[in-house]
Amino acid sequence: MTGTLPPVDVAPPEVEEDAAPATPEFEAASLRQERRRGLLMALPAYGYLVLFFALPLLIVVVYSFATRNRFGGTDLSGWNIDSYRRLGEPLVRDILFRSVALAVITTVICLVVAYPFAYYMATRSEAVRNLMLVFVMIPFWTNFLVRNFAWRVILGTDGPLSQVTEAVGIGETRLLFTQTAVVLGLVYGFLPFMVLPLYADIERIDGRLLEASRDLYATGAQSFRHVLLPLSMPGVIAGSILVFIPSLGAYVTPEILGGAKTTLLGGYIVTQFLTARNWPFGASLSFVLMAVMLTATIVYFRKGGRTL
Amino acid sequence: MTIRTTSPPLQIGSGRLRRPTMGLAAVLALILVAAGCGGDDGAESSAEGCEVGEVDGDLALYNWAEYIDAEQLDAFAAEFGIEATMDTYDSNEAMQPVISAGNSGFDVIVPSDYMVAILIDGEIIQPLNFDLIPNAANISDDFANPSYDPEQAYSVPYQWGYTGLAVNTAVAGTDFPRSWDLVFGPEADEYAGKITLLNDPRETLGAALKALGYSLNTTDEGELDEAEALVASARDNLLAFNTDSTDELLTSGESVIAHGYSGDMFTQFLETENPDDYVFFVPAEGGTRWIDNMAIPFDAPHPCTAHTFINWLLDAEQGAALSNFNYYGTPNEASIDLLEPELNEFLTDPDVLVGGLDSVESIADTGEFETRYADAFANAKG
Amino acid sequence: MTAVGGVTQPRGATRWLLRANTWLVYGFFYAPIVLLVVFSFSGNRNVGVWGGFTLDWYRDFASDGNVQGALRNSIQIAVASTVVSVVLGTAAALALERFTFRGRQVFDALLYLPIIIPDVTMAVMMLLFFAQAAELLGFSKGFGTITLSHIAFNISFVSVVVRARLAGMDDRLEEAARDLYATRWQAFRHVTLPLIMPGVAGGALLAFTLSLDDVVITQFVTGPGWTTLPVYVFGLIRKGVTPLINAVSVVMLLASMALVALSLATQRVRGGQDAIDARVGPDQGLP
Repeated sequence: MTGTLPPVDVAPPEVEEDAAPATPEFEAASLRQERRRGLLMALPAYGYLVLFFALPLLIVVVYSFATRNRFGGTDLSGWNIDSYRRLGEPLVRDILFRSVALAVITTVICLVVAYPFAYYMATRSEAVRNLMLVFVMIPFWTNFLVRNFAWRVILGTDGPLSQVTEAVGIGETRLLFTQTAVVLGLVYGFLPFMVLPLYADIERIDGRLLEASRDLYATGAQSFRHVLLPLSMPGVIAGSILVFIPSLGAYVTPEILGGAKTTLLGGYIVTQFLTARNWPFGASLSFVLMAVMLTATIVYFRKGGRTL
Repeated sequence: MTIRTTSPPLQIGSGRLRRPTMGLAAVLALILVAAGCGGDDGAESSAEGCEVGEVDGDLALYNWAEYIDAEQLDAFAAEFGIEATMDTYDSNEAMQPVISAGNSGFDVIVPSDYMVAILIDGEIIQPLNFDLIPNAANISDDFANPSYDPEQAYSVPYQWGYTGLAVNTAVAGTDFPRSWDLVFGPEADEYAGKITLLNDPRETLGAALKALGYSLNTTDEGELDEAEALVASARDNLLAFNTDSTDELLTSGESVIAHGYSGDMFTQFLETENPDDYVFFVPAEGGTRWIDNMAIPFDAPHPCTAHTFINWLLDAEQGAALSNFNYYGTPNEASIDLLEPELNEFLTDPDVLVGGLDSVESIADTGEFETRYADAFANAKG
Repeated sequence: MTAVGGVTQPRGATRWLLRANTWLVYGFFYAPIVLLVVFSFSGNRNVGVWGGFTLDWYRDFASDGNVQGALRNSIQIAVASTVVSVVLGTAAALALERFTFRGRQVFDALLYLPIIIPDVTMAVMMLLFFAQAAELLGFSKGFGTITLSHIAFNISFVSVVVRARLAGMDDRLEEAARDLYATRWQAFRHVTLPLIMPGVAGGALLAFTLSLDDVVITQFVTGPGWTTLPVYVFGLIRKGVTPLINAVSVVMLLASMALVALSLATQRVRGGQDAIDARVGPDQGLP
């Protein structure tokens, strides 16, 4: 194993470095070895992403400074930052604002629904837990479009939902092609993204901590707020990211369930790349979005990590 | 003992790794971009040495879904002793980048009119060798030398249809104007919440432009602004901007007036219990006539097979089989007598084309102006 | 003490509410699925219009080479990309949560990008990349290019889920194992892996689902003969999506449920000794 690694000043101990009492040199060597292990473990994924993600990404970064050409490509000349300037236009700002609002609402609803669900799941016996997890995912192995079309039928004018509400006496519901329908469709599509990390996180929490808090006369709400929630923060954060980001970029659900009556960010970016064949602008839109999201994610994660 | 590293404070020398890795990536990216610059000399047919009916390998067809019967494709494969595969796309815009990027591996593609023009300008499709396509003589004069391929050098028509309005007459009666006023004028208020327009910048702004009496290929800012305002004003009466199921929304009763494509509407009408309850027409002010075409990418691996396939599909019987399967119009003069009667009746119905053949236009690429259409549509939606 | 799972059972009204929420969520998940199944037996071409009971769509599926081929492509790609991305994504999560190393922060950021990037942007960049690479290296697009692209985004999703599990998790158990002279591999295999298994399984399910659903990226990196099911279904939009696709979905549902039943059965046969248990009992001694 060590043969493939760059030489180090201090010869690494052959075996069981942790077992021996620590001397300063030994600590340093052990630290170095630990670092190499980390790098080795990260290297396959790291290398993969550099080759099959960062490299292709750089190509599009270059394109974002180029000029649109009419046959759906770019002229790699006439370098400019016009496509970035356009980001300040009111149209773009409105689209961004609307999309963020929609994504926030979707994320909050997913969190509120998924948290108790994941908690309940985590408190089942193991066999039940695994079964419940699989039954969360099975609906999503059907076709994405077909699921959306099924929702359209459910929400339709004389659809099952309307019939139920009418029978109950609330009167008929008209949800199809409204913003409510879009949120509902997005929550449906991304709820598992919230459930999975939350479950993986809550399931690991030591129940004795909760019990201890109850033994110390904390109410249920108190032990949730001061024990369970802080402990499950990594899951909350990971889930929120996995829901928020795709909601922001979603374009098929808004089209099928929302009737595309307003322009949202996902659809706008797709339009730039495909219909308008304006790759530089599509690319610059994406990069600004990515930069903002990445910063937010990292800050959010760091903060979440500290509160642990 | 072990280092806890959930959020490490120290990142000694992280820059040392970052720079070589990212630097290498940047260099590689530049090489790839540069490789992409190498012009493609797609100006010549690569099928110069082929004979009529010759095949030089398997056929890879890139087509819209359900646009050709799998059995018909199998029949071609069997007749020439090769394999034929078909892959599908959902829009010209999804197909074009794949072909333009090169090395797509496809032999024959089916682009629409305006896309043919773009592909010709980008030298992304090759000139056809008409010596290998004697059946091109079957093509109706209506479709000869179209505006998007004036010398008919790069493409042959595959199928065609109109974009117009479909109305549920069981609800709306028959006493309504055969005009775009139905969706853009005061008449539209009567059907508030029951109207769908296509979720497509060129089609929907095109309809508004036609309603205003302009060309749907205008590159005049003022005219486009007017069209944008017209679409914006129609927005409140809309059920939805929809392309994926305009026909189904109409026949299920969600909508009463639907902007859509002739072939889709016609097949959908036939699915209902009373097909006579629905009408499709191109409003008097005019609309879109679209033509899908067969073309060969510049780097098609099997150009002989591609030509042979195109020629085979232009045969009278094969052309009729194509239309009888997908229920769109055939540009093949020789096939018309072999069409199913109800299809032929619909295609030749004078009530469909209210303003006559001169009122319809094909969508053409407007070059730089294309981005204005996309923005105008986004603005109109608000 | 904590007989089931790690977390205590709540009491009283909370417990009742939790149970109600759970049933409601499952109801929500399965409502469109029920509808989808019902209409796979409908004689009308339009989903939503009941046209009398029929098995025609299943017969169509049995004879439709296009759809079968697309389904086969989808499953092959989903399985391959899931396996690779689970291995790489889990290793990445472990490296980031358990170790410091040079370039850690860059790697951390890089790992989020595939989640953040809009689909169509990733599609375009993969298209350009593979088209140029194919030009230089002379390979043809298809299974390889699609799977490579799916792995590129799935690594990130897997690692996010696994990291949620790992974050703040006690690593003293692993240390204890090492103190008891377990090798690194043994400690990983018998202590760490069982501990993170729920995260790994969740990541795998997510990766499989994402791969099975992807349209935009697949459509741009595909080659002849590699149309996947979702790409095919998107193509159908112009002509109308028929209950045939519902029938395909039902077949997939049944197949996945059969797989679940099978794996449950094998777990029983193994006699309840389950490596997946997150809590290390004394019986799980190290070799």
